[in-house]
Amino acid sequence: MTTATHDHDHDHEHHGPAKGLTRWLYTTNHKDIGTMYLWFSFAMFLLGGTFAMVIRAELFQPGLQLVQPEFFNQMTTMHGLIMVFGAVMPAFVGLANWMIPMMVGAPDMALPRMNNLSFWILPFAFAMLTSTLFMEGGGPNFGWTFYAPLSTTYAPPSVTFFIFAVHIMGASSIMGAINIVATILNMRAPGMTLMKMPLFVWTWLITAYLLIAVMPVLAGVVTMMLMDIHFGTAFFNAAGGGSPVLFQHIFWFFGHPEVYIMILPAFGIVSAIIPAFARKRLFGYSSMVYATASIAFLSFIVWAHHMFTVGIPFLGEAFFMWATMLIAVPTGVKVFNWVTTMFRGSMTFETPMLFAICFVVLFTIGGFSGLMLAVAPADFQYHDTYFVVAHFHYVLVPGAVFSIMAGVYYWLPKWSGKMYNETLGKVHFWLSFVGVNVLFFPQHFLGLAGMPRRIPDYALQFADFNMVSSIGGFLFGASQLLFLYIVVHTIVAGKPAPAKPWEGAEGLEWTVDSPAPYHTFSTPPRID
Amino acid sequence: MSSNAATSSTTHEHYYVPAQSRLPVWMAFGMFLTVFGAGNMMNDMSSGAQDSSSHWWFFAGALVFAVVLYNWFSKVIRENHAGLNSAQLKKSYVWGMGWFIFSEVMFFAAFFGALFYVRNYVGPWLGGEGDKGVTNYLYPGFEFTWPMLSNPDNALFQAPEAVIHAFGLPLINTIILIASSITLTVAHHALRAGHRKQLNIWLGITVALGVIFLFFQAEEYIEAYQHLGLTLESGIYGSTFFMLTGFHGAHVTIGTFMLAVQLVRSIRGHFKAEDHFGFEASAWYWHFVDVVWLCLFVLVYWI
Repeated sequence: MTTATHDHDHDHEHHGPAKGLTRWLYTTNHKDIGTMYLWFSFAMFLLGGTFAMVIRAELFQPGLQLVQPEFFNQMTTMHGLIMVFGAVMPAFVGLANWMIPMMVGAPDMALPRMNNLSFWILPFAFAMLTSTLFMEGGGPNFGWTFYAPLSTTYAPPSVTFFIFAVHIMGASSIMGAINIVATILNMRAPGMTLMKMPLFVWTWLITAYLLIAVMPVLAGVVTMMLMDIHFGTAFFNAAGGGSPVLFQHIFWFFGHPEVYIMILPAFGIVSAIIPAFARKRLFGYSSMVYATASIAFLSFIVWAHHMFTVGIPFLGEAFFMWATMLIAVPTGVKVFNWVTTMFRGSMTFETPMLFAICFVVLFTIGGFSGLMLAVAPADFQYHDTYFVVAHFHYVLVPGAVFSIMAGVYYWLPKWSGKMYNETLGKVHFWLSFVGVNVLFFPQHFLGLAGMPRRIPDYALQFADFNMVSSIGGFLFGASQLLFLYIVVHTIVAGKPAPAKPWEGAEGLEWTVDSPAPYHTFSTPPRID
Repeated sequence: MSSNAATSSTTHEHYYVPAQSRLPVWMAFGMFLTVFGAGNMMNDMSSGAQDSSSHWWFFAGALVFAVVLYNWFSKVIRENHAGLNSAQLKKSYVWGMGWFIFSEVMFFAAFFGALFYVRNYVGPWLGGEGDKGVTNYLYPGFEFTWPMLSNPDNALFQAPEAVIHAFGLPLINTIILIASSITLTVAHHALRAGHRKQLNIWLGITVALGVIFLFFQAEEYIEAYQHLGLTLESGIYGSTFFMLTGFHGAHVTIGTFMLAVQLVRSIRGHFKAEDHFGFEASAWYWHFVDVVWLCLFVLVYWI
């Protein structure tokens, strides 16, 4: 048995990737796994996007045209679940897998086999989740927040599979996060102190901590649902002394840190790209680190701002309102630092930079509407309207998703060794930029005028803005097919890229060849 | 490099990155089969379906999971014995186990949080206390007490006649678990001092204490179900009681199993005085389970 392990070691040292399908099934290589995460995430992005197209097509005009309300509810639910757990989170984990070992000068992730397990759980989990749409009684129809008792007493039987899918994707997230923490804390090259780490590594360290802290809470709450549904417990049933509001408290204790899980890595990406194209060092590095940590801390004490209208005590409303508003301070520090980094820089506007600047502007809009929603008395008007939908789509689409696209354009030359087509990249950016604003900006007005979210039909006065929004949606959706084309075209037929395609880029990842060799930093570099 | 992997482990330069492995994808498949089977089993149970084959899916999945787990840990142990694990790699395992236990803490936190919220808010409000007293109109006449021997709707949820007293079996179990943590620490000291026989004896006692704890816990459950009417279905007291003690019991089972594996390994001559992370990780887990029990004893049984 000793020789067997030695042989494996031998393989590892002298060979590149294995051939065929087993390369991907059995891999322990952080680059392979990062690639699988990213492609999986993109597939889920298209699937969740398809559901969104169904929603926008139905909402194109008032009245019921295409789908029944029951199916519409399944579409909103599955769109949210797939985009949050299948598209955004795995994309960030994919980027972490590819970049963190290279950024800290490590030979791979700390626990390479567990890394592969984290990935391979996902296709199974999402196959099971998606299959619920074809089950008797339909798929989950209670919204991505799956509030009890909609998700317990009144849920379709497929909710059981939804619960178990959440369980195993949670296990995947926890293992992925543990791996990232161990890699960052244990695998840095000699000389790379914590405060020398690239900001993407810092934001992921803090994100991983959030994941380990709250994914088990999600597991706990879905377990309580499971028990209420099948084993007669009374967690969310007032008749037995429980409370549906208990569900909301536990869910949002997970849910609010979760939304920062989806944005902190985005901060890291943008903090890498803006200095590169402004050709200046990032302004206020250490304040960025402290701001990220502050946001993470605050994320644990603001959860009930999602619940202002359920009847929590006055003191609770006040506490959660003020705590929420505090988050604007560290977030403001970040925006200030990005703007100041660009100030008097020698800026150029390649595609990653366009997405990054767009991120700063549109994420700030999403942040401001969040501030409006934080005001408890005002939230009584905004709650569960399209204003909320506009708010969180502004932080998640031109926020999180644009940062992912910025990261893909920025690092694609490093991954594939090929340069993408700059003209096509810019076309993709402008189409997405116009599309996303036409799609989501009118939803602010719809919400303020009182249109509730999660309905397949609406009053006539909402017709025009809905039509505009749908047109934006179709434009945005179609532009992502161009994104797919650009990435595939780059890999197949792109021009060779140099080791460091961006003049102002900094970091260890640019010191290795493009494409990055299968194994990098088998012996750690020295950082001064 | 491969020919002197043993020496490279001491020079730190070489971090062992395992080559391709079949284990992870099979593990993922096993997990999928297990939960797919479990989901079908529960749906069949609730809908009263007959002739269900879903439990076979579940057992097949659990079998795959167990086989892969066995092979995975065997492989990790073999790698360590082969000297592939550098000091840095061992640290990765330390970080991994530490953060895993933290995630477990947060899992229990969800259930303790539910207990706290129910006792301090939901119950009093349902009973008509505070400016939310209006909710008392939902179930007029409901008076909140803890333990809840009367539910808001006793037709839907039949309340228990009595609950388990803290200073009977639970106190004995508290003493057993604290004692087991002490015997485990004695075993650890014996391991570090190189006293193999003492290690085996004290570790064996620890495993036995774990089994005795589980036996008493089962006795307690039988008492609750057969004599007190305290069940999962008896309202929120039963829900929180059984979910908290039940998940703890499940963790004691896992912990006892982990320690039993360490005992077998110890008897087979594994572990060195300065290198025995499998033992240490199991011990951390055991102490974590012990601490959770102390919280349970105070918050669930006592106050």
